[in-house]
Amino acid sequence: MMNNNVIQVENLSKLFGDFAAVDTISFHVKAGEIFGFLGANGAGKTTAMKMLIGILSPTSGTATVAGFDVYKEAENIKKNIGYMSQKFALYDDLTVKENITFFGGIYGLTKKQIDQKRCELVEELGLQEVTNSLVASLPLGWKQKLAFSVSLLHEPKIVFLDEPTGGVDPITRRQFWEMIYKAAHQGTTIFVTTHYMDEAEYCDRVSIMVNGKIEALDTPKKLKENYNTNTMNDVFLKLARG
Amino acid sequence: MRIIRYIVKKEFKQIFRNKGMLPIIFILPVLQLVILSNAATYEIKNIMVGYVDADNSSSSRGLVERFDASTYFYVTNKFASEKEASEAMQGGSIDAYINIPTNFERDLQKDKINEVGVFIDAIDGSAAGVINVYISQIIKSYNKNIRLDLIQVSDGVQKTNNIDSIPLFWYNNTLNYKTFMVPGILVLLVTMITLFLSGMNIVREKEIGTLEQINVTPIKKHHFIIGKLFPFWVLGMGLLTIGLILAKVIFNTPMIGNLGLLYAYTSVYILVILGMGLFISNFTETQQQAMFIAWFFIVIFILMSGLFTPIESMPKWAQILTEFNPIKYFVEIIRMVMLKGSGFTDIFPLAIKTLAYAIVMNGLAVWSYKKTT
Repeated sequence: MMNNNVIQVENLSKLFGDFAAVDTISFHVKAGEIFGFLGANGAGKTTAMKMLIGILSPTSGTATVAGFDVYKEAENIKKNIGYMSQKFALYDDLTVKENITFFGGIYGLTKKQIDQKRCELVEELGLQEVTNSLVASLPLGWKQKLAFSVSLLHEPKIVFLDEPTGGVDPITRRQFWEMIYKAAHQGTTIFVTTHYMDEAEYCDRVSIMVNGKIEALDTPKKLKENYNTNTMNDVFLKLARG
Repeated sequence: MRIIRYIVKKEFKQIFRNKGMLPIIFILPVLQLVILSNAATYEIKNIMVGYVDADNSSSSRGLVERFDASTYFYVTNKFASEKEASEAMQGGSIDAYINIPTNFERDLQKDKINEVGVFIDAIDGSAAGVINVYISQIIKSYNKNIRLDLIQVSDGVQKTNNIDSIPLFWYNNTLNYKTFMVPGILVLLVTMITLFLSGMNIVREKEIGTLEQINVTPIKKHHFIIGKLFPFWVLGMGLLTIGLILAKVIFNTPMIGNLGLLYAYTSVYILVILGMGLFISNFTETQQQAMFIAWFFIVIFILMSGLFTPIESMPKWAQILTEFNPIKYFVEIIRMVMLKGSGFTDIFPLAIKTLAYAIVMNGLAVWSYKKTT
């Protein structure tokens, strides 16, 4: 890659009729960064993310992810990214083991790779007892951790997490962020949306979206300085209330 | 290929784990075959017939006895007047009545032209037509015997000069309607189950959000689709097998033709239906929508398939429409192969159309399946 940016977005927009869900946003994400993508409900975070992961066509602007163009090379992008949606999207009627095997399989991993990955994952998440239980029977926190791990199965360059800790207890959230750090430490770029402002503090840089536009983008420290507050929560409230 | 195998495995696991769905897949078709094949009949039986006998002679009683002797008729009662008889028909207690005029016997003996009034409830037009034929046949044969009697009495020389047609019923010589219906109903259940299941399957993944998860993987469209549809193709073939076994065991339906040919044709036919199911699921957001659309098509397909009413008697425009009805092809072919023993060359023109249909339908389905919206 020419520069160090794994995500490069210029003037990206998505219109639904007259409504600009995403309104000419520009930003970049550096390799290995934990990039927080903040915004209120309906601010356009998920829409923006869906364009970056190649399942929604932008209306205008340019964007490259992992060096590939979102318009023409969406399938190449998909080889290089992992994604965890805000809605739990593994199969409830399959076991933990079967889910891992299935997703590993459709990412084109060999049987050997899948077996190896599965052992690692199960060990790491402490799921030994439940590998053969249906996912439906797991508590939400475990499901989320499993979903995150599955999104990392094929060792993507970038992983997109859409509100990964929604509805999860504080302890599990903490553990979740430890997993995120670990992945980042291993060189994976993390692009994460969240509502929780304490989580924003964990990010290297955060952007705050309001009504489809990016209103602020910097390190949490700088943002707090700029807005003259002590917490990210206050930064967010100042921006979101306008 | 490996990727397809992972999807197929997953689908089968989900199908066989779904305790609510399994009975629907395997038990309902059996019930359908058994119930429909016994109930959906063209035969008109148990016709309630009344009569008004103003003549009250041995000849008129002889005519009534002939109806009584027929297995198709129940002679209900003798009405005192035509008014009473027509009231009974209005009330629905009789399907038809015969009005025998006064001087019936006298006129017969004089060899004069004689008229017997026949009144038929024709709300169901085709049933009325059949009843008419039955009644005419009875009267005709009665007439012939009477004439014969009269002729013999008068001059002792037989000089009947009727031309008789002697029908030979081919392929189903006992005119057993079940022989005719069972293969057709078999087509219905193979079609319905595969269409509904494939139509709802992908929409279901849309609803629960797993389709999005799959769309962010680099999986090739055709890998995913083949992997998704193959299990239902297998199910369809399985249903055909179950259906054929039941047809043999319960109904003793003749299977004259080559079953291998039937299977070969079915394997192509199911592709048409699966393509259709996928096409429907691409344009719907919920299982409910998919179900309604699938129903809409199934009802039209069934009623215009030639299964219950012959296509030849439909208006021209409707006949043209049936060209797009896959069930029509299968019904025709399964009857040809099972009942007539038709071979490859006989079914070739229909089979090639089915193949073309399968290609177009699946082409459309793959084209309309979008990983990106």
